[in-house]
Amino acid sequence: MSVLEISGVNKTFGGLRALDDVNLKIEEKTVHAVIGPNGAGKSTLLNAVIGKLIPDNGTISFSGNSMIGLKPHKINQLGISRVFQTPEIFADLTIMENMMIPLLAHRDGEFKLNAWKRSDQDADLQEKAAKYLEYVNMLGKSDTHAGSMSRGDKRRLELAMCLSQEPKLLLLDEPTAGMARADTNNTIDLLKKIKADGMTMVIIEHDMHVVFSLADKVSVMAAGHVIVEGSPDEIKVNPKVREAYLGGAEV
Amino acid sequence: MHIDKFTPKSDMMMLLGFAAAVLLMPLWLQPFGAAYPDLMQRFAIFGLFAIGFNILFGQTGYLSFGHAAFIGVGSYTTVWIFKLFTLNILPAMVAGVVVSGIFALIIGFICLRRTGIYFSILTLALAQMSYNLAYSVLTPITMGETGLQVEAADPRAWDAPLAEGAVPRTNLFGIEMTDFGGLAGFYICAAFLIVGFYVALRITRSPFGSMLRGLKTNQNRMSYTGLNTRPYALAAFVISGMYAGLAGSLMAAMDPLAGAERMQWTASGEVVLMTILGGVGTLVGPFLGAVAIKYFENIFSAIDGAVLTSALDFLPDFLVSGLVPVLSLFVGKGWHLTLGLIFMLVVIFLPGGIMEGYRRIKARFSKQGEE
Repeated sequence: MSVLEISGVNKTFGGLRALDDVNLKIEEKTVHAVIGPNGAGKSTLLNAVIGKLIPDNGTISFSGNSMIGLKPHKINQLGISRVFQTPEIFADLTIMENMMIPLLAHRDGEFKLNAWKRSDQDADLQEKAAKYLEYVNMLGKSDTHAGSMSRGDKRRLELAMCLSQEPKLLLLDEPTAGMARADTNNTIDLLKKIKADGMTMVIIEHDMHVVFSLADKVSVMAAGHVIVEGSPDEIKVNPKVREAYLGGAEV
Repeated sequence: MHIDKFTPKSDMMMLLGFAAAVLLMPLWLQPFGAAYPDLMQRFAIFGLFAIGFNILFGQTGYLSFGHAAFIGVGSYTTVWIFKLFTLNILPAMVAGVVVSGIFALIIGFICLRRTGIYFSILTLALAQMSYNLAYSVLTPITMGETGLQVEAADPRAWDAPLAEGAVPRTNLFGIEMTDFGGLAGFYICAAFLIVGFYVALRITRSPFGSMLRGLKTNQNRMSYTGLNTRPYALAAFVISGMYAGLAGSLMAAMDPLAGAERMQWTASGEVVLMTILGGVGTLVGPFLGAVAIKYFENIFSAIDGAVLTSALDFLPDFLVSGLVPVLSLFVGKGWHLTLGLIFMLVVIFLPGGIMEGYRRIKARFSKQGEE
């Protein structure tokens, strides 16, 4: 069953056709990678899904509900979480407070004037925060200042924050961009674990190592089009992909 | 960077310490020459104003340049209750807080459509508009330049009429603000300050407080976490507006008149200075900043050439005659110059304000203890 359905989506910026009749179906409990050269429209597509920009026409639906025109926070409430190219965390706060915000949002909704209780006395949420921090292997650092951590740690925290809201779909925009090799491998291992636990994921990625070690299905975009779709093995040998993306070089 | 860990116990200690320091002000301010009720009332009132302002500026990062407007609204409302209903300050203050809250809701709703510098400019513009309205169109309500005053002949619905020519004095269930040489007024202000501090403490430690800090750090992540950021910012704006209204109400309760000069943009700027000087985002800092600025305003401005000459008496004559004209520039009417210098030094060397200075000293001592 497909969770996310994108059909006939177009988006132009001035004279530039950023998305040109894009069709994509994301199946439940699969990892779907979207690859393509710079400027192929991958990020534009992700922004259209997440509500950051509205496509000119076409439909985007999640579990059968149309998402066009919904604000980002409404789209998140449907069960879609996003991981950004540069980890978007609360850099001035502690790791524990970073975890509390998504947990509170998940429990209390988009606004609640809960100004009298102490958040550090909320045993239920503290326990949940600890559970997800343990999942990403960050337990015991909960008083650390989030902004002072490495790129890889920030990514793991961001993933813990997203997962704590129990999303149905996780969107990842180049999850290993700008990371040292060790951090990249740790992140891949973590994503494999998340995949094994049955999460549906869409990954936009440049790093072929990441794509081929995670993806069940790969869509290749070029100039706003989806040119090829298939399993990682099919994509590896497809001549069109080599021409558009790999420039004919060996993988 | 180090982040302090707060527990209910450490917070209780902080509250008790704060309350003790405030209640004992008449004693420990004696050596500084600041222990007179009028000035101590001002410490408490502006401390309250700054603590409330910090809920908006310190927690959410929205810098308002128009908070003096809420002081004005609180003052006018309070004086009108004194004129129309009763000289008991409690109903008047409740009304002052409620009306300034409603006013803040409207102003906040408009200004929070923008962030950053555009938000600041919008608040400044709306506050200046209110200030000018108070002097022009709204003269029937504000009495323009003469200011709104309480008179013996006012028709107070809930009080027995005063004798002709009697001076109307505000009271709290019979205790007049001027009782005990003005200390009654100070302790009422102090009580409001301590309660206001406690409320700010609870807000800071609450889930709502976390949301406000999230708003300051990363609005993008807030949206993609399923949170609607606008109502959080608006709630913080209204709460800080109500604190400002309470401060304005207390001003009017201590001295029952209201004038538009309280709403001028310099007053809005002053609370920004207080918060930064004391320490943005800290709980005690804004109060310390308010005390420091009000102390300079009242004590430094009272020093003149004669006081300087007698203070420097121990020096040789030629030095005194050389120093007094130079130092005179920094005291008396020139106190702003001293304040400006101190403010510059704090911002350059202690960007976290007085509270950062305190933390650095504490860290140095605790390090020595370990070695």
